[in-house]
Amino acid sequence: MSEANAGRRHFLIGLGVVAAGTAAGIYVAPDLLAQSAAGKASSKPPVDFQPHAFVRISSDDSVTVIIGKSEMGQGVYTGLPMILAEELDVDPQRLKVEIAMGPEFNVPNLGIQFTGGTLSTILSYDALREVGATARSMLLSAAAARWKVDVALLRTDNGVVTDSNGARRATYGSLAEAASQLPVPEKGKVALKDRKDFRYIGKSQKRLDNTVKVTGQAIFGSDVDLPGMLVAVVARPQVFGASVRSFDPKAALAVPGVVEVKQVPSGVAVIAEHTWAALKGREALVIDWDTAGNERFSSEAHRAEARALSRKPGMVDRETGDVERALAGATATFDVEYEVPYLAHACMEPMNAVAQVTPGKCELWVGTQNHTMDTVQVAAALGIEPAAVKINTTFLGGGFGRRASSNADFSVEAAMVANGVGKPVKVFWTREDDTRAGWYRPCSINRVRGGIGADGMPVAYHHVSVSKPVLTQSPLAKFAIRKDGFDPTSTEGSSKLPYSIPNLRVEAHNTTEPVTTLFWRSVGHSTNAFIANGALDELAALAGRDPYEYRRALLADKPRHLAVLDKAATEAGWGKALPAGHFHGIALHESFASIVAEVAEVSVADGKVVVHRITCAVDCGFAINPDQVVAQMQSSIVYGLSAVLTGEITVEGGRAVQGNFHEYTILRLAETPVMDVHIVESDGPLGGIGEPGTPPVAPAVCGALYAATGKRIRRLPIPASLA
Amino acid sequence: MITLNVNGVSREIDADPDMPLLWALRDLFKLTGTKYGCGMALCGACTVHLDGQPVRSCSVPISAATTGRITTIEGLSSGADHPVQKAWIELDVVQCGYCQSGQIMSAAALLEAKPDPSDADIDDAMNGNICRCGTYPRIRAAIKRAAQIKRGGGST
Repeated sequence: MSEANAGRRHFLIGLGVVAAGTAAGIYVAPDLLAQSAAGKASSKPPVDFQPHAFVRISSDDSVTVIIGKSEMGQGVYTGLPMILAEELDVDPQRLKVEIAMGPEFNVPNLGIQFTGGTLSTILSYDALREVGATARSMLLSAAAARWKVDVALLRTDNGVVTDSNGARRATYGSLAEAASQLPVPEKGKVALKDRKDFRYIGKSQKRLDNTVKVTGQAIFGSDVDLPGMLVAVVARPQVFGASVRSFDPKAALAVPGVVEVKQVPSGVAVIAEHTWAALKGREALVIDWDTAGNERFSSEAHRAEARALSRKPGMVDRETGDVERALAGATATFDVEYEVPYLAHACMEPMNAVAQVTPGKCELWVGTQNHTMDTVQVAAALGIEPAAVKINTTFLGGGFGRRASSNADFSVEAAMVANGVGKPVKVFWTREDDTRAGWYRPCSINRVRGGIGADGMPVAYHHVSVSKPVLTQSPLAKFAIRKDGFDPTSTEGSSKLPYSIPNLRVEAHNTTEPVTTLFWRSVGHSTNAFIANGALDELAALAGRDPYEYRRALLADKPRHLAVLDKAATEAGWGKALPAGHFHGIALHESFASIVAEVAEVSVADGKVVVHRITCAVDCGFAINPDQVVAQMQSSIVYGLSAVLTGEITVEGGRAVQGNFHEYTILRLAETPVMDVHIVESDGPLGGIGEPGTPPVAPAVCGALYAATGKRIRRLPIPASLA
Repeated sequence: MITLNVNGVSREIDADPDMPLLWALRDLFKLTGTKYGCGMALCGACTVHLDGQPVRSCSVPISAATTGRITTIEGLSSGADHPVQKAWIELDVVQCGYCQSGQIMSAAALLEAKPDPSDADIDDAMNGNICRCGTYPRIRAAIKRAAQIKRGGGST
């Protein structure tokens, strides 16, 4: 490793990185790497040209793009490097990728490093282009100086500088040392490409993590293996908010392989030589829990209280016109409840983290979405400086918001378990541990009213949301929520509708049940798209209008929304004959700066719902990697369908009822509908792609079920039998 | 001592005979390509081959695997060149990637049994493998493509 990199927080997660004699795909801690490199400094190390934290061009002609975003499936590992490669003029398939942590990787204006909110591409786009262009200009300058020619006469082509007649050529690697001696141009001084000249952006690129992920070499947090590492499982309270009164470790310690049993703030940890011993040890533990009265909590009783609350005035998010007067004068009205349950994220890789605590320091190996917040909270828990906490980012076996937990639960816990052990400790979570730990999408109970005028068009929309919104539990609460406690995530997607409705009021009540809630793919939109589209369907039904035509009429002055809606409807064959017993439903929703419409084709046989096809149209401004836009739409739709069809966490006696996949069921291959995704290009700003496909799924399916059965689904998941 | 034959190599390990094969592979053999997902044979993330048959290694005690040949994702091919892996790359199947070792092992076993699987065959063989990223449509397409490659269809 070069001196410039020795202090950096790099972590090789299996992307064919060969360095210091280590084989591709094997995890090597940076410090170990440095040691072994020192041990055999025989061959001359490559010289690096690193004009910025984001890129390193080495004299061996390797080009490494360094990103600060976590790869959890959404494709940042490919999409972000593509953007830099475009301006640098290097084929993205040649790139190496590293994930790093540091202030250079903070989200602009927030000052923290995190991966979420479908913001990675939107907020990285300009900076990655700038860095790519800057590096290229310096390589050109180095070549011009070497050949003593005017830089304007030089060209680049996939990592090679040539002069105008092609007589001289130099690879980027051969120019790296010279370029590294040049001053870095000021920000904004280097010209960027015109969009029409893009070679890579806008054309589908194969994922750069394909090979490591089809060979089992990709290193996830649970795969990290360090010399002397122990494995722990933690007995956490089954009742939310419970704490350990006392415990008896004797039987656990008698299990061969169990090394230590100790209390930590989150429960009782069993530390062992390997996973199986830790699990057996935990089974043998005897713990007396103080359930603090929370054993009386049940989600059904909570819903009844929330319903009552939804009838009372809440904190007003947005108000236009006079809803009460409009409803009083309406031709027809509806006044109903929409309810959605708690949902677990159910990442395929349960939570986990590896921590090593040495005096005054902590190093973590973890798949987190929340680098800075994890660092700060681990430091606080251990009573050390945040600068003394180092996070090595692995691949994430799914994130969906769970790996951005407000209290850094899995990272802090690993640090507390490892503290005092003197060896690295991996804290492993079983599926049941993961499902029952809380941090759910909020259970949201909503009163929704609406009315139409004599012309059938909406005159009023009133929504009162009751939930435990996610930002109220965040360390960022004081910045993110309003003085009166209003949390914008509770009503996002409902208060700013693309439709013009003259009288609108959207309000919220916060609840404070012991169940923790968190961002869940598309956050408040996952709930409020169901409500807003449901309301549109209710209004259309009152007016006797077709749900698609009704939305069209309301979107007359929204050309981008209209184009997306029309594309989905047209491609689905809306209004045309369907197979016998099949019905269509439609939904449109804008979130994370992208607009998505979906048409669901469903049938109901003997009360059982079958989703045959989802036709999806998306306007995300423009698509960086179109095939990955398609992949994220497919992914979001499947994620949404699991929630619509069966997803629900219920709480009884203060504990989550569902634990494993037989209780919390996930859509399987045979149940997956045909998905037909269409990208609608527009001149809109760059939109996100990881989440916006999920919100329209529920209302599109429920709209189709209304067409099929005449029953309006207002509570998710859809009942097991619609008969 | 228990002897296991993993990816063509026999090795003795000193472990509880009840230890699930998954934990022996991951913790003792350090073959971490095989993943834990549920521990109850519900999700397929831990799928390996035992004498060519797909099994959920989380639910097979090592004592039941001593006489068989165990193949993990690490032993499926030497250079990501099994037809299923090739097809997976060609169609950009993976997202987070965590479930994909299990998906690929299930698909590879399916193609050994049925070189030209129908949609119903794919439904049956793959329904024990959950993917939370929803890569299912690409898995279906990639299995069909892998069948072509296996028959000598090469790259498109």
